Amino acid sequence: MSGFGTLLYKELLRFWKVAFQTIAAPVLTTLLYLLIFSHVMQGRAPVYGEVPYAAFLVPGLVMMAVLQNAFANSSSSLIQSKVTGNIIFVLLPPLSYWDFFAAYVLASVVRGMAVGIGVLLVSLAFVGLSFAHPLWILAFALAGSAILGTLGLVAGIWAEKFDQVAAFQSFLIMPLTFLSGVFYSIHSLPAFWQGLSQFNPFFYMIDGFRYGFFGVSDINPAWSLTIALANLAVFAAITLALLKRGYKLRH
Amino acid sequence: MTPAIQIQQVYKRFGAVEALCGIDLEVAPGEFFGLLGPNGAGKTTLINILAGLARADRGSVRVLGHDVVTEYRDSRRALGVVPQELVFDPFFSVRETLRIQSGYFGLRHNDAWIDEIMHHLDLTGKADANMRSLSGGMKRRVLVAQALVHKPPVIVLDEPTAGVDVELRQGLWEFVRGLNRDGHTIVLTTHYLEEAEALCARIAMLKQGRVVALDTTSNLINRRESLYLKLRLAGAALPPALAARVRDSRDTAHTLRLRSYAEVEGVLAQVREAGAQIEELELLQPDLEDVFVQIMKEAKG
Ligand SMILES: Nc1ncnc2c1ncn2[C@@H]1O[C@H](COP(=O)(O)OP(=O)(O)OP(=O)(O)O)[C@@H](O)[C@H]1O
Ligand SMILES: [Mg+2]
Repeated sequence: MSGFGTLLYKELLRFWKVAFQTIAAPVLTTLLYLLIFSHVMQGRAPVYGEVPYAAFLVPGLVMMAVLQNAFANSSSSLIQSKVTGNIIFVLLPPLSYWDFFAAYVLASVVRGMAVGIGVLLVSLAFVGLSFAHPLWILAFALAGSAILGTLGLVAGIWAEKFDQVAAFQSFLIMPLTFLSGVFYSIHSLPAFWQGLSQFNPFFYMIDGFRYGFFGVSDINPAWSLTIALANLAVFAAITLALLKRGYKLRH
Repeated sequence: MTPAIQIQQVYKRFGAVEALCGIDLEVAPGEFFGLLGPNGAGKTTLINILAGLARADRGSVRVLGHDVVTEYRDSRRALGVVPQELVFDPFFSVRETLRIQSGYFGLRHNDAWIDEIMHHLDLTGKADANMRSLSGGMKRRVLVAQALVHKPPVIVLDEPTAGVDVELRQGLWEFVRGLNRDGHTIVLTTHYLEEAEALCARIAMLKQGRVVALDTTSNLINRRESLYLKLRLAGAALPPALAARVRDSRDTAHTLRLRSYAEVEGVLAQVREAGAQIEELELLQPDLEDVFVQIMKEAKG
């Protein structure tokens, strides 16, 4: 196997060995959100035409789980390696910064997709869903998990302690996901908040992802995907630059 | 011939601490080289720069001619490092750890060599044990094994015997000596100076980020008084002419510094002329520890 292949394999094995905690637990949490929110909100939030609220909610929750777990994977793996010191095992070999970047982000994508598929399958037991454009679903899930995997890498590189990663998650990732239209269509918001949501990259990921299910969205999905990919390109460029310099990894 | 390690004018500071101030060193291929110095001298910092774990503020470092920054792939392939800190990945077993480490170097079918290293380091029985369950000394052995998976021509061991029992220490040195005989270049740091004396052909001593001594081990040991003469006298005191040679005296026993064996006869003649009888006589070779202590005392840092 190549160095890149081995690092990817190691990262996959790392979360697979604790799959109960890295896959089963987030699936259960998301399911609880679904049951509670769909019960409380049924018939209250106006959504696209005749789509029932519970059906509207499921893609939002699936995408939220994909994003959060993709972030959690790379950030927790990296900070754990830094704090325990075993990061040197990947810093000593001749792995390039591209290998490093690609392996961590791909492992995050796999973890995000695994949790997303889990959530989706379990939700189908409770809620009927349509799959209008499966390729859009896939495209947004891949782009979203890659973006969050990259952000997780940034958080892991920057942080020196576990609580700094937790802060990154609580003060940036969580607000951005919760305010991105997971639980509502932004058309139900006052104009000010609607305007503000347009600056939230997560909004486009969730809106486009939802389009794949219902064929309806607030924004044209091609435009949303463009924005998501542009975000990915910017974050990836920043991360690669940090890795190349060895920022906080090679003192 | 391309030096195994070439360090030129390397500087490194951490905030107010000048960890390395202008290090120049060269290690030839096949050497067994010792890097000695008190705590905080900068040994680990230098090794980290060599391994690409840290970056020098100034200066250049090459491993087998490959610059560690611009040609990092080649330099890292040529280098195996046993780190000072006892680190491990708790998710994996010993064998998994070694297979993964091989994979990072692009080595696919490495099981025969992995088995051989595990055998030499007495790890075979623990091959499938989780890293978490190993004792400290066992974890240290795995670190040594990890550094060797890619058969690096240059091997750096940063205090590999700290906290390791006598048996492993001897086994480890036997193994490392064998690697050296097979042509691997070895660089070793240790605080056990008798180990360094027995193993290293050449030694650099560091103090506060500077090289304060660099020579073959035998030259270092012989460079001042080459030996000590220990005498116990009866009948008369030590003649005053010899006072300048005294290293220490206790009652009638005196240890005198000599520059060479040729001085033995003259000293004994002076003692006899003073009317003293020699009750006990011993010639002592100075050891590396004496030299180390003296050099560290002299070096202003
Ligand atoms: N990451 C760091 N941040 C700040 N200071 C550091 C760092 N690493 C090393 N130092 C400082 O640099 C100096 C050299 O440390 P180094 O670890 O290289 O010493 P050493 O010779 O390996 O010592 P020891 O025998 O204790 O292992 C010390 O003063 C140390 O405190
Ligand atoms: Mg050290």
